[in-house]
Amino acid sequence: MDLIADHISHRFGALDVLDDVSFTVRAGEVVAIVGPSGCGKSTLLSILGGLLQPSKGAAELRGAPPAGSLNPLTFVFQDFALLPWCTVEENVAFPLENTQLSPGERRAVIDDALRRTGLTDFRGAYPKQLSGGMRQRVGIARALGVRPAVLLMDEPLSALDSQTRELLMEDFVRLLADGSMGAVYVTHNLEEAVRLADRIVVLSRRPGRVRETVTIPMTRSERGAPDARSRLMNLQGDLWSLIRTEAIDAEREVQHA
Amino acid sequence: MLDRAPQESKGGTDTRPVAFRGAGFVPSAGRYSGWIALVAVLAVWQLAGSAGWVSQLFLPAPSAIALAIWKLAISGALWQHVSWSIMRIGTGWIIGTAAGVLVGFAIGLSTLARSVGITFISALFPIPKIALLPLLILWLGIGEEPKIATIALGVFFSTAISVYSGVDAVPRNLIRMAQSFNVPFHAIVRRVIWPGALPSILAGFRITASVALLLVVSAEMIGAQFGIGAFVLQAGNLMQTDQLLAGVVILSVFGLAVGKLINLLEARLLHWR
Repeated sequence: MDLIADHISHRFGALDVLDDVSFTVRAGEVVAIVGPSGCGKSTLLSILGGLLQPSKGAAELRGAPPAGSLNPLTFVFQDFALLPWCTVEENVAFPLENTQLSPGERRAVIDDALRRTGLTDFRGAYPKQLSGGMRQRVGIARALGVRPAVLLMDEPLSALDSQTRELLMEDFVRLLADGSMGAVYVTHNLEEAVRLADRIVVLSRRPGRVRETVTIPMTRSERGAPDARSRLMNLQGDLWSLIRTEAIDAEREVQHA
Repeated sequence: MLDRAPQESKGGTDTRPVAFRGAGFVPSAGRYSGWIALVAVLAVWQLAGSAGWVSQLFLPAPSAIALAIWKLAISGALWQHVSWSIMRIGTGWIIGTAAGVLVGFAIGLSTLARSVGITFISALFPIPKIALLPLLILWLGIGEEPKIATIALGVFFSTAISVYSGVDAVPRNLIRMAQSFNVPFHAIVRRVIWPGALPSILAGFRITASVALLLVVSAEMIGAQFGIGAFVLQAGNLMQTDQLLAGVVILSVFGLAVGKLINLLEARLLHWR
């Protein structure tokens, strides 16, 4: 199933946030969206996921979702969005409560999602008892449980420390390895973008327009090799040079706002 | 290969400790200090009464109040007054709370209900509800209904405000999360908004319990034969200050019991906090 941004523009009151953004996320593909602060990355993700209606243009789907997908477009949130009154297991079970799954199937789905995210031993814990990294793992397990076609990830690692980020990045690489799931990955962090994405959509400063679309010329498994590090660093440098001037302007704009 | 640095020694003896500056600003209630203070005050009060430093008519000693409570208990009068008050508070509180929760949720979830409801609540909430008792007596007669209606009205407004404030305070990201999983509206209300608003709702219960107690005493003072309020008023008229204060102590115990009950509810329902 492809996810298409079709000439999307959006404004909040008098503020133009996005201007004529178009691109396609093909089935199983990981597309990162980068750009200066305030360029509309998260707004774009909300529009793609159906949580916000664009002022112009549309988010569209092409093709059928994978068999058994309960929620083809599934978000992983920056702030985890876990229900604090529910345990880890109840949080993962929450999106499954109103589906057609039998109790046995539901149990199997929950067990599988917890196992894949290393949370089996923490199923009875409450979010307040977990570290930030573990909380985001719960968010990922919850997303995996509905078998998404496309994961919509809104800076999923930005609230975490660098070591936890590194560990979760390895988890993402592992989970996306078989190509059964695509992703739109919004991030400020260029290192995350070049490590995870097949393509990177670079947005300009507000109102965000597609400034460049960059293809990463390596598979994700190749990127883990020691000799790939320098190539990834070069790619990261090229991306930074693309957005540096606009990032400085955007930062000054924020400071003067 | 990591180039490891050698272990550092402290080096020299000319050192001094860094001054600790992080003390204070963490008040905590001692486990027994409150009880000790209460006993001390009672002891001084008793001493003042026994020694004749204060008149027994104006401020009876704690032992005289305890004796009055004991006499009321064995005569059966205590239970008669308390049961009438509990019936009025219970009925009024339940009616007011049920209506307040319904209206509060409607205001929290519906644009139409919010537009209309907040205007009415803002206009009517500040009115002291006891001022409406004469009007309610005209409308409903001189039986129990006007007293119960006064309590229900007092409870209703505070409950409605605490419920819609609680609904407003539910983090929007949790609602968006549920919507992103296509969770239906009723399930979002039941599984996200209700538990999210519960801390505010229970805090509201604490306030409405006090409001109900205040209103029942006031209403019983205006027009009732039985009830703690009526008993306190009668005792005052007859200068029976030991019985008057016995009624006040019973009200205090009732308030404490309700507070404890709400504490238990909070511990059970909000254990995740």
